[in-house]
Amino acid sequence: MENIEQLLMEHPFLAGMDPRMIKLLAGCATNVVFKAGEFIIREGGDADKFFFIRSGKVVVETYIPPKGALAIRTRTAGEIFGWSWMVPPYKWHFDARAVELTRAVAVDGACLRGKCEDDHDLGYELMKRFASVIAERLEATRLQLLDVYGGNAKK
Amino acid sequence: MTSQKPDRVLPKVIIERDDLQSLLEALKSQGYQTIGPTVQNNAVVYDEIAQVDDLPAGWVDRQSGGKYGLTRHKKKSLFAYVVGPHTWKRFLYPVEKTLLEARREGRKIEISIPNEDPLRQAFIGVRSCELHAMAIQDKVFLQGPYVDNTYATRRRGLFVVAVNCVRAGGTCFCTSMGTGPKVSSGFDLALTEMAEDDRHYFVVEIGTAAGRDILKRVPHTEAAGSDVDAAERAIKQAASRMGREIDLTGLPEVLNRNFENPEWEKVTGRCLTCGNCTLVCPTCFCSTVEDTTDLSGGNAQRRRKWDSCFTVDFSYIHGGSIRSSAMSRYRQWMMHKLAYWPEQFGTSGCVGCGRCITWCPVGIDLTEEARIIRNSE
Amino acid sequence: MEAMQKNKAAESAVEAMLVRPFHIRRIAKDTYDTFTLELEADDGNRRFPFLPGQFNMLYVYGVGEVPISISGDPALDKVLVHTTRAVGVVTKAMRGLKIGDEIGVRGPYGSSWPVKEAEERDVLVVAGGIGLAPLRPAIHYLLAHREKYGRIVLLYGARTPEDMLYCKDLEKWRSRFDLDTYLTVDRATGAWKGNVAVVTQLIGPAPFDHHHCLVMVCGPEIMMRFTFPELRRRGVTDDKVYVSMERNMKCGIGLCGHCQIGSTFVCKDGPVYRLDQLGAIFSRREM
Repeated sequence: MENIEQLLMEHPFLAGMDPRMIKLLAGCATNVVFKAGEFIIREGGDADKFFFIRSGKVVVETYIPPKGALAIRTRTAGEIFGWSWMVPPYKWHFDARAVELTRAVAVDGACLRGKCEDDHDLGYELMKRFASVIAERLEATRLQLLDVYGGNAKK
Repeated sequence: MTSQKPDRVLPKVIIERDDLQSLLEALKSQGYQTIGPTVQNNAVVYDEIAQVDDLPAGWVDRQSGGKYGLTRHKKKSLFAYVVGPHTWKRFLYPVEKTLLEARREGRKIEISIPNEDPLRQAFIGVRSCELHAMAIQDKVFLQGPYVDNTYATRRRGLFVVAVNCVRAGGTCFCTSMGTGPKVSSGFDLALTEMAEDDRHYFVVEIGTAAGRDILKRVPHTEAAGSDVDAAERAIKQAASRMGREIDLTGLPEVLNRNFENPEWEKVTGRCLTCGNCTLVCPTCFCSTVEDTTDLSGGNAQRRRKWDSCFTVDFSYIHGGSIRSSAMSRYRQWMMHKLAYWPEQFGTSGCVGCGRCITWCPVGIDLTEEARIIRNSE
Repeated sequence: MEAMQKNKAAESAVEAMLVRPFHIRRIAKDTYDTFTLELEADDGNRRFPFLPGQFNMLYVYGVGEVPISISGDPALDKVLVHTTRAVGVVTKAMRGLKIGDEIGVRGPYGSSWPVKEAEERDVLVVAGGIGLAPLRPAIHYLLAHREKYGRIVLLYGARTPEDMLYCKDLEKWRSRFDLDTYLTVDRATGAWKGNVAVVTQLIGPAPFDHHHCLVMVCGPEIMMRFTFPELRRRGVTDDKVYVSMERNMKCGIGLCGHCQIGSTFVCKDGPVYRLDQLGAIFSRREM
């Protein structure tokens, strides 16, 4: 049974974080495994976790009837996904599924929000890191929207 | 069928097997087209019949998942078989029907609707589950905001000679569904066949005034108490030997809760989406419409045809089909039958006839699938 | 069978199949794939009363029938207006028709936008893309009975400015003082100087009272689905939100079975639904 603190210390997202804070984080964390094809989060559900991916691959997708599920972004080992735990109303905006067998560390959002309220240094440290994540998502999404490879959609 | 009940509960009567022909003659003389079971292509199917000899005397069906066969019965019973691939719906709600015809002259278009043929049909050998299926289809075709004219006309002109099952089929589960084996209503005459070595006769129950009137032209005697009891015992025997069963307790809620249960995916490993189940099911009613013109373009026709929710374009809207995976189509069929139908029409959509189990090429059994999903909770 | 119902039933059955011949009076090309037809009845019976939100089954001779929402003004019931995209065999054939050509009409069918229930409330209309077509009759009705409603807000989003429908109507609505119209595009082209945002993002700042409101939403299913969390964030409960659904239809009268979503028939229980009565439909795939 791997030590969660150890796993978190090795994760790239927390590189350079004070071990004291990682310990606080670990207090809200559990090991999770998802089978290939299994849903991890569902659109509209309570965003009460975020995930450090240790191995495997996750696809963030949305269902567009009648075409089917549209993949928006994939996340792999060494990355995190799920930032809605930080932003009210704390609801997921998309579905996410494991593409292959995926091992991750899941962190309870409510637990961590509570700790951040008590310890603002921890809160600020996380806020900085997540702000980068959200900014990166935004920029990437805008680029994807620009449809840079092809011409415009019109015939 | 004519619905007027007789003024009082009439005593049961006996018709000898050899007098059954008079029943057919009586019906024909009143303008009914007599339709009943016959053996064709190694199956019992419903077709027009002229004589009692056209009936499947001495035949019995052996049914199980994905299997159907006829074997010789030790008795000379006419109705020892249970149900075959045909249902009576094909005579009330035809496989194909012309809805309208359009004629074009220059830019003007004239539309006409074919007249309804006031067909009078007599069904011989209708099982209790089939009567329930007819009542279920009545709700669909007659009691909605729009009524199907052909179904209404044919239903009005229908005479029903029902048959109580004295033998249960290998895939039957009417007792679970509360739809048999004894017929309770919806018939003009109901027969229980007693085919013994020394005697072959029918105990007959009169259901309506029309049934009583037809019976006047058929030689019959009043049934003794012992005959009636013997008939009841035979029916109870059938009830105790059902091939399948299903637990209906809260089934719609169970299925609705389990819409995303991974068990559905497992069925898809086997389901070919061939749609056989919808073809043989006595309550399935989905249809499609086909518009065609002749070569000159001067005449166009719209025809309605039976359809199946298993086809991939059944749910097609611009861009694709809502239910494109085989899993979603199997789930749609089963959930419609057992979970959505009660909400839509107030009854289950299933009558427990077992045809879908028998005629599925891979023997998928919805009673088993229901059990698996229920137990997986 | 109940004899008393007999004649009434038979009558309604024959009527249901009867296609009424109309002819095309006017054709307008809205966008590269969307067009609007104005139809007039051939026979002397020229009025075609309908409720906003209802649809007709339109028949192209020898080709087929499709369900299309009525998108005209319900007060002008001598002309039938239908806006549609040419995406299938029938609609493409329809696009090839000329003024004077015949189109068969069956209808009107289905449920309608709750314009009576919305009285004395603020009304928020959220339309995405071609979703404005089934909503336009409701907008006409609301404006024709303006004094019965509180604030009326229209949010309309399209992919690009070239994809916007009914530009003349939009201009008229924008110039009214008793209607708040907000337009937006996902992607700006040409001289567009207006909002560039997904229409869902206009809901947050929209000027309406969530305590006393009624919301009507129409557009692609995924767009409607993303408006719900925005509305909830504004404090609007699901029982105040109405949507219009779309499914494959072969008969339009509840008999062919194609339009079912779970236990509801879109042709007769819908196409307009109150959101809280649709259950899990939006969150279930391939239902």
